[in-house]
Amino acid sequence: MRRYFARKVAIYLLTFFVAVTLNWLIPRFMPGDPVLRMLTRTSVSNPDAIAPMREYYNNVFGLDVPLWRQYLNYWAELLQGNMGISVWLFPAPVTEVILDAVPYTLALLIPSILLSWYAGNKVGALAARRKWLDNTVLPLGYALTATPYMWIAIVLAWSLAIIAGVFPVAGGYSFDLQPSWSLVFFNSLIQHWFLPFLSLFLVAFGGWAIGMRNMIIYELEADYANYLEALGAPRRLIRRYAFRNALLPQLTGLALQLGVLVAGALVTEIVFGYPGLGRLILMAIQNQDFFLLQGAFLFIVIGVLIANFVIDIVYVLVDPRTRTGMTGGAA
Amino acid sequence: MRTRPRYIAALFTAVLLATTACEGGDSGSSGNSSNGGQYPRNETLYTSGSAWGPPTTWNPIVPGYATGTVGLVYEPLFIFNPEKLELEPWLAEKGEWSADNKTYTVTLRDGVKWSDDKPLTADDVKYTVELGKIKAVPYSNLWNWLASVEATDQRTVKFTFSDPRVQEWENWLYENAIVPKHIWESRSEADITTHKNEKPVGSGPYVYQAHAQDRMVWKKKDGWWAEKALNLKVAPTYVVDIVNSSNEVALGLLTSGRLDLSNNFLPGVANLLKGDFKVKTYYAEPPYMLSANTAMLIPNTTKAPMNDVAFRKALAESIEVKKIVEGVYGNIVKASNPTGLLPVYDQYVDQATVSSSGFTFDTNKAKATLAAAGYKDTNGDGKVEDKAGKPISLKLIVPSGWTDWMEAARVIAEGAQAAGLNIVAEFPDAAALDDARTAGKFDLLLNNWTGVSNTPWTYYNYLFQMPVQAQQFSANFSRYQNQAAWELVQKLSRTPSSDPAYKTTIAELQKIQLTEMPAIPLWYNGMWAQYTESAWTNWPSEAAGAPKDFPSTWNNMWELGSIKMLTQLKPVSSK
Repeated sequence: MRRYFARKVAIYLLTFFVAVTLNWLIPRFMPGDPVLRMLTRTSVSNPDAIAPMREYYNNVFGLDVPLWRQYLNYWAELLQGNMGISVWLFPAPVTEVILDAVPYTLALLIPSILLSWYAGNKVGALAARRKWLDNTVLPLGYALTATPYMWIAIVLAWSLAIIAGVFPVAGGYSFDLQPSWSLVFFNSLIQHWFLPFLSLFLVAFGGWAIGMRNMIIYELEADYANYLEALGAPRRLIRRYAFRNALLPQLTGLALQLGVLVAGALVTEIVFGYPGLGRLILMAIQNQDFFLLQGAFLFIVIGVLIANFVIDIVYVLVDPRTRTGMTGGAA
Repeated sequence: MRTRPRYIAALFTAVLLATTACEGGDSGSSGNSSNGGQYPRNETLYTSGSAWGPPTTWNPIVPGYATGTVGLVYEPLFIFNPEKLELEPWLAEKGEWSADNKTYTVTLRDGVKWSDDKPLTADDVKYTVELGKIKAVPYSNLWNWLASVEATDQRTVKFTFSDPRVQEWENWLYENAIVPKHIWESRSEADITTHKNEKPVGSGPYVYQAHAQDRMVWKKKDGWWAEKALNLKVAPTYVVDIVNSSNEVALGLLTSGRLDLSNNFLPGVANLLKGDFKVKTYYAEPPYMLSANTAMLIPNTTKAPMNDVAFRKALAESIEVKKIVEGVYGNIVKASNPTGLLPVYDQYVDQATVSSSGFTFDTNKAKATLAAAGYKDTNGDGKVEDKAGKPISLKLIVPSGWTDWMEAARVIAEGAQAAGLNIVAEFPDAAALDDARTAGKFDLLLNNWTGVSNTPWTYYNYLFQMPVQAQQFSANFSRYQNQAAWELVQKLSRTPSSDPAYKTTIAELQKIQLTEMPAIPLWYNGMWAQYTESAWTNWPSEAAGAPKDFPSTWNNMWELGSIKMLTQLKPVSSK
């Protein structure tokens, strides 16, 4: 057991290191120059001011040292929780900007991932054994999972927010409120949260439902199911075993799907004007904001790694074979 | 073990139902947001179209500050009245030039106070101006021609110029806000431009209330100086500026009555006006919007064949601007005068020069101009080759995602192709385009960084500024060099508007611009403004008796009189 986790942790640390390095590297390959952006924004008209201002901003952003030094500085700062200063939102520190946005993104992602996975598996399993349900869930699931996140978000925003007026169009909470521990505020938060959540939930739900349905049907035709049936075991018992076995690939799928869901959340947030990371990333790319982009990606990398690690642990818990394998290996 | 999953399922369903029930229950009231909120609807103005990112700085010295930082909180000495084309005293009571135009004396109003109750004095003005001695402060070039500033008493400031650039100075006077010395002087030189300046202390009608990722909220303060001095009162108690995520979101908010003033570019707004959405604009008819700036086609004159006047002329003649105005914009913009001078400067346009040297759309004429200059189609591909017989292939770049400009660029390329010029539209990333423009590594591009100001000097400075640097950040992207024109621009800067030479200098510059075509003016971009009357009325409009102030929340529009719009608004009486 310990060896298994030690190996996993080592792999995750290595992944983290590589991801952070790439994260530092990639923005620097983008065309454009952040200091130039600052100078353009302040529209320097004084020719004498260009050189001193360039030097000044290079220093502010730590771009006045050789690349290898910048890379080391980046790690040193990062370990102290400091991710530099945003170019686009100058002079706000990246950490601050991201921490303001992260709660919204997490509030969208965690419930939509978990609920869609749970509901999708349940419904998919049900569909596999009821003909009429199968006939409705299957086409619906295919339609949902093939829908781009942005499209379903636009449809929901248009129909439920603009035409029906049941939900708000944009924002994290009502524009006439200030954050407080009140019921009104909480209510407003939920209302603004619901549509973005729903669009993420629906798309992911379709995928899980189809996956589960197919897995169950496959498992029900497996030898062990036939053998159990021949022994006269009740259908219910067989289905339960099938479900447990079908769940494992779905769990692996969850780990793989995380990245896709994060990407989906980004576009969804933009459609609903939801104040999460999505818009920050888009604007950071457009503004050559290396530092904000690094910060946002770092958050995503950490999030995905942690989630994968959790899934690894869950895997051990739900799949007895992994456990046996480990004890066998240890012995 | 067997029952647990079901129990969880039931729990989830219950939670989900509960949340949906919550939505249903409260949505009615929040849809109109007439009750329950902390900002009463009939006292709150909702705006958007200015901020594209979360508010993170309230520092009026460096651009990028939260919407309204300059305008609502910090104020300039003067504001500019674009209707009368003159400065109006704001924090200053008056400003006077000496007889020889070497010194300028500002007298401050009596009784102006900062929001921390300290008086605004001549020292604050002196301090603000002297901040320009720091190179990183955007107005540092002021000190190239200003010699000294002196606070002669509590309310009087005397400026002595080494080179009295009257027009440029008046431009400075209303574009820059005065900051309180007693708060700023403790900050280091680097802090001046990097400080976030949270909870700004200003002289204006509003103070900081709250901000979040997606909004900036200002609250009216008691005892704004203009209430007594000018009998002006800002109507909204709260101004909530919503950070844009996209123009579509703004459209949704506007049509559902949750937004009062949208300064977003909303394509197809003409249809909105006809429809039952109660959306209004400044003009009830095309072009609907006031003109804010001139969209120009910028040729890189350091490259062949753009360095040839005849080529630039032919290019100008090949463009069907009408097609851009009608087809791309649906008539919400106006075609530009060949001089490129905005409609507010109509009185300065020299009609004689325009009719003799102005250009009009005429594909055949463009072909003739090209042929006369020696551009011929020698290889028979339907496109002209350069004078040496080599094929011409040029790129017109506009930022990817600027849909209106992308369409306009296609129209321009089409027109050029029809005249035999091989120009194609390309859409690089906005940042890559910035780099190309700054470094002069492009063939053709569109730019509109010349807007309404107190004087056409800003426009001609934008066209002709010299010397051309390796990097051009704000002006003369064509990299066009004409010493005579540049001297005229400098002369214009030194000429007071009342001097007859003012108009004649502008006329001379027009002549150079029309014969040399350093850039090709195409259309006037609108000051996008859409308003609804669900909570506020008496919006600026062309109608008789309506206010004529600029209806805009864009930063730097407040000091062009938009601040007065807030004093004219009237709440719709609460139901």
